[in-house]
Amino acid sequence: MNRVIAFVRRLRRERRVRTDGGTADGRSTARRWLDSDVVQSAPFWGPPFLLMGFFVYAAIGWNFFLSLTTFSGFGEPDYGELGLQNYWAMVQDPGMWAATRNTLVLLVVFTFACLLIGLGLAILLDHEVRFRRSFRTIYLLPFALSFIVTAQFWRWMYNVNAGIVNQFIGVFGLGPYNWLGNPQLVLGAVIFALVWQFSGYTMVIYLAALRSIPSDQYEAAKVDGASALRMYRRVIIPQLRPAMVSASVVLVLFALKAFDFLYAIFGGYRPRQGADILATKMVREAFGRSEWAYGSAIAIALFVLSLAVITPYLYTQYQRGNL
Amino acid sequence: MSGESVSTERHTDDRTTLAGVGLRRVGLYATLVGLVTFYLIPIESGLVTSIKTSEALINTQPFAPPGPGGVTLEKWAFAFDALGRGMVNSLLFTIPSTILCAILGSMAAYGLTLVDWRGQVAVFALFIAGIFIPYQAVIVPLTQFWSQYAMLEYRLGLILTARYATILELIITHTAYGIPICTLLFRSQYKTMSWEMIEAARLDGASVWRIYKRIVLPLSIPMFAVVFIFQFTQIWNEFLFSLTIIGSVTDPAASATLILSGLGEALEGVDYPLRMAGALLTALPTLFVYLLFADKFAEGVQI
Repeated sequence: MNRVIAFVRRLRRERRVRTDGGTADGRSTARRWLDSDVVQSAPFWGPPFLLMGFFVYAAIGWNFFLSLTTFSGFGEPDYGELGLQNYWAMVQDPGMWAATRNTLVLLVVFTFACLLIGLGLAILLDHEVRFRRSFRTIYLLPFALSFIVTAQFWRWMYNVNAGIVNQFIGVFGLGPYNWLGNPQLVLGAVIFALVWQFSGYTMVIYLAALRSIPSDQYEAAKVDGASALRMYRRVIIPQLRPAMVSASVVLVLFALKAFDFLYAIFGGYRPRQGADILATKMVREAFGRSEWAYGSAIAIALFVLSLAVITPYLYTQYQRGNL
Repeated sequence: MSGESVSTERHTDDRTTLAGVGLRRVGLYATLVGLVTFYLIPIESGLVTSIKTSEALINTQPFAPPGPGGVTLEKWAFAFDALGRGMVNSLLFTIPSTILCAILGSMAAYGLTLVDWRGQVAVFALFIAGIFIPYQAVIVPLTQFWSQYAMLEYRLGLILTARYATILELIITHTAYGIPICTLLFRSQYKTMSWEMIEAARLDGASVWRIYKRIVLPLSIPMFAVVFIFQFTQIWNEFLFSLTIIGSVTDPAASATLILSGLGEALEGVDYPLRMAGALLTALPTLFVYLLFADKFAEGVQI
């Protein structure tokens, strides 16, 4: 109660400072408080915030408590005895280190490949070509499909005997390889398929950014006699940096969530040597092996990893005045 | 993006000869068409595989057409049988949650654009951060919550068949996790809206609700279209919530993506033609929406 009163006092004080002598309008303090922007706008953002906040922030807090228990999926979790044993087990689990390494490789290679290929596609489509929109629609098409759907296609593409990938490299006298069964190849094969699905997304982001570059800059560069390559390197690409930042944030988050794709392409929870990432390990521990508390601990590790992306993103958005 | 072509004059080098320009054009189109093959071949290969008879499947290349007499729709019929119920279930939760999170997102964005108080940045940051939460970080408490909620529902005497009870849970979950992205999309529009008009309306004594209903909502109809298309695709394509909240492929509330993930899987191998038919069937609603509204979809992608 005291805190509520303190809050109302502070609100009043803020109000007074801002309206600067607003008492002259003859309204009572309560009335002015009711009229304040915060109170007036709260019915709009309050309910969505409560719903979202419960399922996101409260759930993460709850997840943290679960990770301190020994809960194994049966009955109620025991919140009486909390300890760090799951985190300790995590450090000692070699599978955890492999999953972390694979996650980082996936993040870095996938994000860079998408940024690069997306840039190439955007530069190609930035020319005046016929059927420009059709090309763009086709390149972005895989992005509109579910991970579960695209994983079926790629499972078929990577099939050892009948798959197109082996048939194709066979023309050059290579292979056949067991793409999804070979621990040395599987991560690369998965990343390739994910880049197929997401490079169109990066292209769209770049195309929008390219369109917003004022055309007089091109003119100026042309008058200076800059070649197309030089123009891209010196004039255009530097201005794409903000687009690059926001695209890579989203790509990293997609890579962290690549669970759906891996689940579908390998047909279930089974661990895959060479392609086990934190997201798959987390779901397998919790839902496949009923190690719920341990799964929650991995979930916290995954959340911390995603914070490393969210925080810089929010900071740049704040600096650009977008918040 | 919407068709506004950027002038190419700037890219053509004045010194190159006409023949040189022609060659470059040919190279450009060859690259673009080659890329079309790359982006379409997995889907095309799925399509031809799904309509081949078993002989045609063995005797033809995986991406080649089946040839005369090699076409059968048998696998599509099987896939339709297996997935029909899942498709209906997916629609039953996708449509309401798409509508709900669009409305709630628009309200939140309006509320946050309206105020200019100190905590506003923090509240909006919390909204946006919600976009980037990996679902794995919440999935265990979420299943815990829904299992406890089921008990509560039972005690309250709320009678829903198991199927609709699960679908209600999915609607609430998808709405809650869709709010952040919807809020961001609407706010990017509301920030650029003409606030003089709204200030004028406020001075004339219109309430915030009235302004929302009469001015802001009508202005945001194009944005609603973008958000609907984007969210419909996202929620239809979602898998992890289906897997953990519904739990089993045989559940009466199983979604299309969940059923697809186990379709035609047997000990001796996978029935690929059936899988391909199922995958394409599952993709049909989003493909349809995407191909009809590609421009609006691309707009929604640009967060």
